Order: sequence, then structure tokens, then C-alpha cells
Amino acid sequence: MDRDGEIIICRCEDITLAEVRRCLRDPGCRGIEDLKRMLRVTMGPCGGRSCRELLLREVARFYATTIDEVAPPVFRPPTTPLPLDAVARSVNKGGDVDA
Amino acid sequence: MHDALPARASIAIVGGGITGCALAYELAVRGMTDILVLEKDYLTAGATGRCGAGIRQQWGLPMNIRLSRASCRILETLPDALEYPEGIEFKQGGYLILGYGEDQMRQFAENVQLQNRLGVPSRLLTPEEAKEIVPHLSDRGLLGATFCPEDGHANPFHTTHAYARAARRLGVRFALGVRVTGIDAQGDQIRGICTDKGYVHTPIVFNAAGSYSNHVARMVGVDLPVYTERHQILATEPVERMQDPMVVSFKHHTYCQQVPHGSFLMGRGDADEPRGIDMESSWLFLERMATTMAEILPLLARLRVVRQWSGGYNISPDGQPILGTIPGLEGYWMAVAYSGHGFMVAPMATRVLAQMITGETPALDLGPLDLGRFDRGELLLEPNVV
Repeated sequence: MDRDGEIIICRCEDITLAEVRRCLRDPGCRGIEDLKRMLRVTMGPCGGRSCRELLLREVARFYATTIDEVAPPVFRPPTTPLPLDAVARSVNKGGDVDA
Repeated sequence: MHDALPARASIAIVGGGITGCALAYELAVRGMTDILVLEKDYLTAGATGRCGAGIRQQWGLPMNIRLSRASCRILETLPDALEYPEGIEFKQGGYLILGYGEDQMRQFAENVQLQNRLGVPSRLLTPEEAKEIVPHLSDRGLLGATFCPEDGHANPFHTTHAYARAARRLGVRFALGVRVTGIDAQGDQIRGICTDKGYVHTPIVFNAAGSYSNHVARMVGVDLPVYTERHQILATEPVERMQDPMVVSFKHHTYCQQVPHGSFLMGRGDADEPRGIDMESSWLFLERMATTMAEILPLLARLRVVRQWSGGYNISPDGQPILGTIPGLEGYWMAVAYSGHGFMVAPMATRVLAQMITGETPALDLGPLDLGRFDRGELLLEPNVV
């Protein structure tokens, strides 16, 4: 337990396992949708690709259920971080983006 | 907040956004007991958690100025008042509203006069002065701007959870994941509320359902003159602090703010958007947002977008909220149709509504924002909207 504060779950936002577990214990938290909004996990440049599975496992553990029973958060576009000016240039090039 | 559904409540608030949670707190703090908040998903799942979360006092109508100014004051001390140590990230970096065209500048001059008269420290700026505040601003076509240093931005999740946690400490029950399916009205009196988890006896139902306001109104046979429209928004990667104010352009239907975390939030309205509840994101929005940024804040176009999402504006015929009761139906209250600026006025609006519900003298007369104004033809047309 003591090492929870050293284990990084979300590398985009530097969120530790201890912070995730503390948030899950908050009476206002109902699961992964609240973790996301309170801690910004899954919302960084990786789009949740590095933390989503770890978070689902923690949520499942906390509610004493299985990962299959925990609904994952919505995937938000774009799939990969995209410079706005690359999108702006694509408007004049028939939709091709060279990011 | 997995509170069980009680058999009875003194009020059932429909909607766990900023309005529902702040109202629950304001009622509880006035001594009301057995307050129930019903939310079909999780807190902030609707418009509150999807909004740009700007807080501005620069409006063109006295009612909006009074509501937003008082709300701003409440937000300044909210974490202390609600004992919420995480804070609400209220950044008062100002709002810079860009002026293009002589008509807009004339309107801005009138707005600033009115705002100053009501105590708002806004002022008219030249393009050069605007660029001093936001150096990466393009002055192409810019005739001037207005600026109020007290305006800003707050974290909508923490603000809502701060209210909810304080309300819960005062005994408010939150039934999350519970869907309202009907309202039991007998004669001219509310008797109870039906949900997918059971029936609750209650003499008062409060409609704080945001995008779904008319779904709830129709449960008592009332068709509100409102509709919901999708508005889209994006967040960029976080960068060093480089922009203090929210930059707004009515001409470009856009707003852009750097939050304390470092990300920029950019939103944009679209005149072609069809009516209806739609939470999908579109590539077209990304294209239009990118083009707009390249034009007015070109440096920011170099940032990478990491996420885009959508939310619903619940819109009334005059773009102003409908607050109060429905004549002839005892026990039905609503705060709906904020038309895209609910978050920033909710702290004061819910406080005044709580005063009205508990029989206190209201600090503000919300009469002009009643449902009856549409029949009377007394629309409140606000010139300053995105």
C-alpha cells in the first residue's frame, strides 16, 4: 500500500495509484467516468491508451467485480494528437492531413 | 453517492449538473430536509461537464449582468464556503471580447456603459491594447475589444462536486444512475415522481434537466418553447501559461481559453447545426475551428488537439433561461434553457430560486425570466452571445 504514491497510473497527467484509489473512495465518485473528470486520467495526449486498462482493473477491484463488467469511458477523437494548422491546411487540400 | 431511493422527499430535483447540485446545497443550507437529486448517469454528465465553463460579467442585459456578477462573487470564495480543499480552479484572467465592424463596436460601447453602471469593471480597448493583453492575437480586421479583468473560467467538475459534497454533508440524497420516467400530478398538485427504480412521494419536482428539460416538462403535459442544439469543443495538449483571458469573437462564433492545467479549450457555434440531442463529434467542427484559430490566434494553430467532444445548448426563444414555476401547477419548478450560459449564472440563480422555494425574500427579482414572458411578448434579447 505504501508504494501506491510512487506508482504512476496516468503518465500524461502524473496521476498515481494512491490518487486513483483515494478518488474511488470519495462518495461523489461513481466509477471511471468520475475518475476521468476529477483526475483528468484518459484525457491526455495518449487518449487513455496507456492508462485505460489499469484504471478499469482498479475500478473492477474497488467494486469487487470483473473488468468485463466495467464500462470503459468513451473514446474521443482525434485518434492521435493533431496540430490544428495541419487540419486547417487540409481544408485546401481536399481533406488530406499531413500532421 | 449510491444513496438508496427514499420513499418520500420534500423535493425531487431532476438533473445532477451544476443547477441540480447547487440548488440542493442552497436549499439544504436554508434548513430544508429530505432533498433528493435524481441523475440518470453521473454528476456533470450533461451540459455542465461538457461546457466551456467561462465566467463572464460582460453582458448586454441588466439581468444577465446582475446574475453573473453575483455568481462570480460566490465562485471567488466557493471552495472555502463549501469546504472543498481540491479547489475549483477559478482563474480570473479576464474575458477579451473582440470587436469587428462598426455596428459591433457601437454595441460594445453601449454594453460597457451599462456594465460600468452596474459595477462591472469592463472597458473598451483599442486593438493595440488588446494585443498587449494577448500578444498572439491577430489584429486583422480588429477594430477594438472589451475587457473585464474579473471574468474567467472555473473547473465545472470540481465546482459541481464541491456543491454536491457540501449538500451531501447537509443530508441531501443523490440517486445516481436513476432515470425519471414520469411525474405524478393530480389536479393542480404534484404528488410524486416515477423512476426506473421506484416511486417517490414528493410535493415538489424541480426540472434541472438541461438538454432534456422538455422531456421532463412533457411529463406534466407542458411543452416548453425550447430546443436542444449540439455545440462542439476541443482541448489541446497542455503548454506553458501564455494566455490569461478567455478570448471571444461573436463574429466567429468562437471562444478560446487556456485553463490553469495548460490545455487550451476552444469552442465554436455553427449556424448550420440541426436541432436535437446529438453528442457525436464531427471532423467539420475540427476544420472550422482550425481555420478560425489560424485567422484570429494564429500561434495557437500550432498546438495539437488531443480531444474533442460535444454538449447540448438548451435554447429558449430569446436565448435566456426560463426560471420559476408553471402557473396552475402547484409544486413544479424549473431552471432550464440557459442557452449556453448556465454554468456561469447557476450559483446566483440557484440561490435566488432556493430563497423563493423556502419562502425567503429573493435577493433578485427573477420575474422577467418566467415562462409567461413568451406569451406576453416580453422577450429578453441579449446582444452578447456566442
